[in-house]
Amino acid sequence: MKALVCVKRVIDYNVKPRVKADGTGVDLANVKMSMNPFDEIAVEEAIRLKEKGVVTEIVAVSVGPQKAQETLRTALAMGADRAILVLCETEVEPLAVAKIVKAIADEEQPGLIITGKQAIDDDANQVGQMVAALLGRPQGTFANEIAIEGDSVVVKREIDGGLETVKLTLPAIVTADLRLNEPRYASLPNIMKAKSKPLANKTPEDYGVDMAPRLKTIRVTEPPVRSAGIKVADVDALVAKLKEMGVA
Amino acid sequence: MSKTLVWVEHDNASVKDATLAVVTAALQIGEVTALVAGSGCDAAAAAAAQIAGVSKVLKADDAAYANALAENVAPLVAGLMADYDVFAAPATTTGKNIAPRVAALLDVMQVSDILSVEGPKTFTRPIYAGNAIATVESSDAKLVVTVRGTAFAKAEATGGSAAVEAIGVHADSGMSSFIGSEIAKSERPELTSAKIIVSGGRALKDAATFQDVIIPLADKLGAGVGASRAAVDAGYVPNDYQVGQTGKIVAPEVYIAVGISGAIQHLAGMKDSKTIIAINKDEDAPIFQVADIGLVGDLFTLVPELTGKL
Repeated sequence: MKALVCVKRVIDYNVKPRVKADGTGVDLANVKMSMNPFDEIAVEEAIRLKEKGVVTEIVAVSVGPQKAQETLRTALAMGADRAILVLCETEVEPLAVAKIVKAIADEEQPGLIITGKQAIDDDANQVGQMVAALLGRPQGTFANEIAIEGDSVVVKREIDGGLETVKLTLPAIVTADLRLNEPRYASLPNIMKAKSKPLANKTPEDYGVDMAPRLKTIRVTEPPVRSAGIKVADVDALVAKLKEMGVA
Repeated sequence: MSKTLVWVEHDNASVKDATLAVVTAALQIGEVTALVAGSGCDAAAAAAAQIAGVSKVLKADDAAYANALAENVAPLVAGLMADYDVFAAPATTTGKNIAPRVAALLDVMQVSDILSVEGPKTFTRPIYAGNAIATVESSDAKLVVTVRGTAFAKAEATGGSAAVEAIGVHADSGMSSFIGSEIAKSERPELTSAKIIVSGGRALKDAATFQDVIIPLADKLGAGVGASRAAVDAGYVPNDYQVGQTGKIVAPEVYIAVGISGAIQHLAGMKDSKTIIAINKDEDAPIFQVADIGLVGDLFTLVPELTGKL
């Protein structure tokens, strides 16, 4: 079974984003960029399934700027077999990305598509569900644990009240939550090897997908700032404050 | 006026609170019809009919909708959308699972997690873990939105008297099935509706210590219990305790952060709380930059002392 993993190049999760002064977006100039953490978990899961002999080939896909090549090389260094970069220098929307992934899935016929549950830049949490809809296939979102059983995948999902388990007929789409696994670091030899793994460069036109955004960003602003309050000296002072607030 | 279809989150018997904030948001867009899809969901439909502001309730009652599987529910919603302009769902795990599937079926770009309604097709929403707020305008003919529960007042659960209309159902997709769930039963208030939350971080050391330190304080205050990602990853508490960018978004009257340093991902989930209290031994911890009241010191002595003095 072939696995398709979708990865996005985003701001590194340790960097505090700054809104541009002109209100057009978040300043990404000279900011450290990395693979979306949830997508890293998706790549790791595909690799573990390959190590178990369930998956035979892993194809990593990214829709993004030329520099997303680095993100794909990271996926290749972790253990993906080949990569496809669909070049788009402007900001991408989940619906357009999903259409491209759908078109690639039509060509590649993967048994499993794994991606992160959300990207930490636009926080949309949409691509996996949209790919599933466009392919007419089942979805296991927010996966905490997955197991392939014959022609199905059993997905334990993180939901608001706890955990839920669903069984999906393959091919299926799974979106990774935080505790699905802990991604590995690529070793130096594997980073070197990744440089010679195949990486195909494509464009949205190759897949007949219109990338024109449906949402227009009118402005981007800083959220209301909370200012630091006071420090109390001891528990008695805290209790007094709580009483003032009517909490205790 | 726009016609809005609201996804009602329910357990077949009663309507979950998250729905009420969606009704408030939807009323700012237009006329509200509530969709109750479930199995044996008469009571939930009756409850939805009482929500103030709801004009009509559609009830889709079938075994296929028992567990809100997106494969079964999304085609139902997409079909109904022929008669509506907007589909609005709560930004809960159920809403986030279903809405994008509906949006793709309708060829619509969803607006996730709206914070406010600025115009018929214009909304604000958080990006970058809430470190920026984007105002976006949709150019799609129909809209699909999910609504952040803490950003809108809850509609009154009673006072309405909408008619309930049973609607036709779609067949089970046959592609997915519900196996089971592990839902913690707790007497404690749910995190997303708790007035007070006591949250613990990695500093709590282990599951037993978390129980010994955090729970008595929460019990004393009648509070909900939350945790940072680090505490959940370390196995101190289950995943449904997690507050943050990708966990639960909460905005209680009082949020007490114990042994939580205050990573931006955690702050994203709680910084709209009315009052934030932080107890941490590191006086430079970022949590103190957002806390209204800070207490610096060893939580293992301070928290039991606090519990004792309340």
